[in-house]
Amino acid sequence: MSTVKAQVTERTNYLNADYGVRSWLLTTDHKRIALLYLISITFFFFIGGFYALLIRLELLTPAGDLVQADTYNKLFTMHGMVMVFFFLIPSIPAVLGNFLIPMMIGAKDLAFPRINLLSWYLYIIGGALMCHCMLTGGADTGWTFYVPFSAITNTKFVEAGLAIFVAGFSSILTGLNFVVTVHRMRAPGMTWSRLPLFVWAHYATSIIQLLGTPVIAITILLVAAERTLHLGIFDPKLGGDPLLFQHLFWFYSHPAVYIMILPAMGVISEVIACYARKRIFGYSFVAFSSIAIAVFGFLVWAHHMFVAGISLYSALVFSMLSYAVAVPSAVKVFNWTATLYKGSIHYDAPMLYAFGFIGLFTVGGLTGLFLAALGIDVHVTDTYFVVAHFHYIMVGGAVMGYLGGMHFWWPKISGKLYPEGWAKLAALIVFVGFNLTFFPQFILGYLGMPRRYWDYSHMPEFQVLNVASTAGATILGIGYLLPMVYFLWSLRYGDPAPDNPWNAAGLEWKTASPPPTFNFDSDPVVTWEAYNYDEIDAPHIQEAPVGR
Amino acid sequence: MLNNFPLWPARASSIAGNVDALFIFLLIVAGVMSLLVFVAICVFATKYRHRPGVNAAKIEGSLPLEIAWTVIPLGVFMAIFVWGAVIYFQEHTPPRDAAEVYVVAKQWMWKLEHAEGQRELNELHVPVDRDVRLIMTSQDVIHSFFVPAFRIKQDVLPGRYTVIWFRATKPGTYHLFCAEYCGTLHSGMVGNIVVMNPADYEAWVNSNPGGTLSASGEKVFNELGCATCHRMNGQGSGPALQGVFGKPVLLEDGRSVEADENYLRESIVDPGAKIVNGYRPIMPTFQGLVNEEQLNALVAYVKSLSPAAPGGAETKPSEVKVAPGNNSPVGNQVQ
Repeated sequence: MSTVKAQVTERTNYLNADYGVRSWLLTTDHKRIALLYLISITFFFFIGGFYALLIRLELLTPAGDLVQADTYNKLFTMHGMVMVFFFLIPSIPAVLGNFLIPMMIGAKDLAFPRINLLSWYLYIIGGALMCHCMLTGGADTGWTFYVPFSAITNTKFVEAGLAIFVAGFSSILTGLNFVVTVHRMRAPGMTWSRLPLFVWAHYATSIIQLLGTPVIAITILLVAAERTLHLGIFDPKLGGDPLLFQHLFWFYSHPAVYIMILPAMGVISEVIACYARKRIFGYSFVAFSSIAIAVFGFLVWAHHMFVAGISLYSALVFSMLSYAVAVPSAVKVFNWTATLYKGSIHYDAPMLYAFGFIGLFTVGGLTGLFLAALGIDVHVTDTYFVVAHFHYIMVGGAVMGYLGGMHFWWPKISGKLYPEGWAKLAALIVFVGFNLTFFPQFILGYLGMPRRYWDYSHMPEFQVLNVASTAGATILGIGYLLPMVYFLWSLRYGDPAPDNPWNAAGLEWKTASPPPTFNFDSDPVVTWEAYNYDEIDAPHIQEAPVGR
Repeated sequence: MLNNFPLWPARASSIAGNVDALFIFLLIVAGVMSLLVFVAICVFATKYRHRPGVNAAKIEGSLPLEIAWTVIPLGVFMAIFVWGAVIYFQEHTPPRDAAEVYVVAKQWMWKLEHAEGQRELNELHVPVDRDVRLIMTSQDVIHSFFVPAFRIKQDVLPGRYTVIWFRATKPGTYHLFCAEYCGTLHSGMVGNIVVMNPADYEAWVNSNPGGTLSASGEKVFNELGCATCHRMNGQGSGPALQGVFGKPVLLEDGRSVEADENYLRESIVDPGAKIVNGYRPIMPTFQGLVNEEQLNALVAYVKSLSPAAPGGAETKPSEVKVAPGNNSPVGNQVQ
């Protein structure tokens, strides 16, 4: 799509409204807080990515020859903890959600701006604890920290647990803020049926954050109590039950997957509608499928425990419910596909990320059907099949969505245009690199390679696929570095962005790029349906700018 | 490196074919579904690419389509669910009269003890075409017993028994992995399952003689003075143990539990947990006084006092199994 070059004069916006460190660290502007989050999660993304690279390098050869066994165990533990709790969970909600939700519903800010800042500080305190933990030795429990192992390991589990505990409150507060904001702060005319699907997805996400996160916090406290006070909760030697831990852990950690993927689905709905120039097919089904995922997502946790020693009949129930939660995800994919039908499709970079998302998420979702089948799960659980499956969802899906969203809204966030050619190239590199990294792992998993193996010299036949995976990881790494480079480049050298470079629907595009501190110069009133691309693209109708 | 590059795991157990069949079915389902989506996206994205002057059509949605793509996948999913559940039940229903092997996992090794008394470390010898039931426990953290060629996996927990079974169908040596992360040398907790022809197996058994597990259990039983209370004639202050295994036991509180391996185990390490009706809670715990191997031996001994129960007595000749498509009986009386 050709971008509309607009006259851009230096207006007062949220970036230049105030200067100095204080004005950032004490800001209550949701957009500035979003940028604080952006910088912090990018930092953790590259730490987690560095660990991933070391893991892949170790697995290049069957022998454990790059790092020691204990080091390797810490690498995958810290990779998982950093990526899950300090990158993926805050990624889209705390950056894009924070930045966009108030603007999308026509509000000046979130309902609780100071709580929003508090949640960033909690994240930073948690992050600092995590960094301290990593610098002083780290933990080796795996991100799942199963007891009794996590209760007896002599590595720094308590500190890592505390870091996650604190960061969890950041997540709870963000969720609370979003729920209240969506209920109370919508502009006149912004009815629930006119909400962008991005907002619906975040609403569903927030419910999970609010209801699920306290459970992981309690679980961490219980493990810490068991370690330090030797209370018999989970360790059978003290009279506890290790399966109780797994139930509690997955009661949060399964829905947590939806905290990561639902916001990405929201991004994809916005992007596809814009670049197909069409309202999303079956708007209300896509909206309510998010709610359905949030609800059913709480009822499937024990599908992580089919070989753990749970009863046959509870395994049956959880297997069946897992198939139920697959349906709303499938419904979304079908609706996105149908949206393309008779569209007017543009191949801009965010759309390429959206196509990539659908491809990778479909593979990830369909392999979930394998894992939900009891008889298959017994063979493939705790192997690389699972590793591949959840990376397809959490990296293929969530990170693809995050990057697509970053490109889509970058002009709004920064007021600058990124180089389109490089962005398309990066999307392609990420897609190819991702598949080369993780597809071989499905085969490895069915062959039987267990996850979290430092050394596989007992089974050298697994090397070819591991080499392919490591090669892919290198390509993927380049694909992730590229956007950071050209986004930074664009801050200085990029063309100034017009208010609405993509001719997109949505209130956030009806204000300046970058927006003023309170988002709109006058309170917007919504008189149109969501995704009214037919009206936007209709000839001779020039829309009056709103809230200027 | 390239001349040893498998794409499909060895298929060496009676259950493996069933698992593979469902896996292949799922590959087809997933293939068809992703093909549908990808082809539709490619066709739409090409056919309806932006052309100047041509606007997108205004389409709200379609209720029949929404119902169709909700109900049809759900139907397919339910079929997969049932198929997967059937296999899972097969995997968790050990046949009667399976040979028994007690497994003790610890950081980072597998200790295996045949009911006939052979002890092995990180290696398990079994004859082909014979049901083998593994009664497993862990000395420390959670481990997982995983044999890819058999398509079986079961977590091994401290403080209780978990059970899995298999029937090997092809002689050979197969990987045994620990699949649940268990600390520093998790990846070193690997071993071999050696599936042998009956004759070879018999030769192996004969070269590794040992008293039966229940005999060593009887020795422990007497050393610990269990017989003082658990008298055979039922006159002791504890219940008599003959014929107990595999039967329901009426408890003091009116409940009734089946006396399985976990019940026997619990009664030794936590005797107060389930008091048999008519008896007083006077038995002291033996937690810490017996190690996992002795505990297994005691359980095996108590089981041997119930000859009728499945796997109860190893003094009785095992059932003669006939290999499929093989008329000569494969003898496996290994007394």
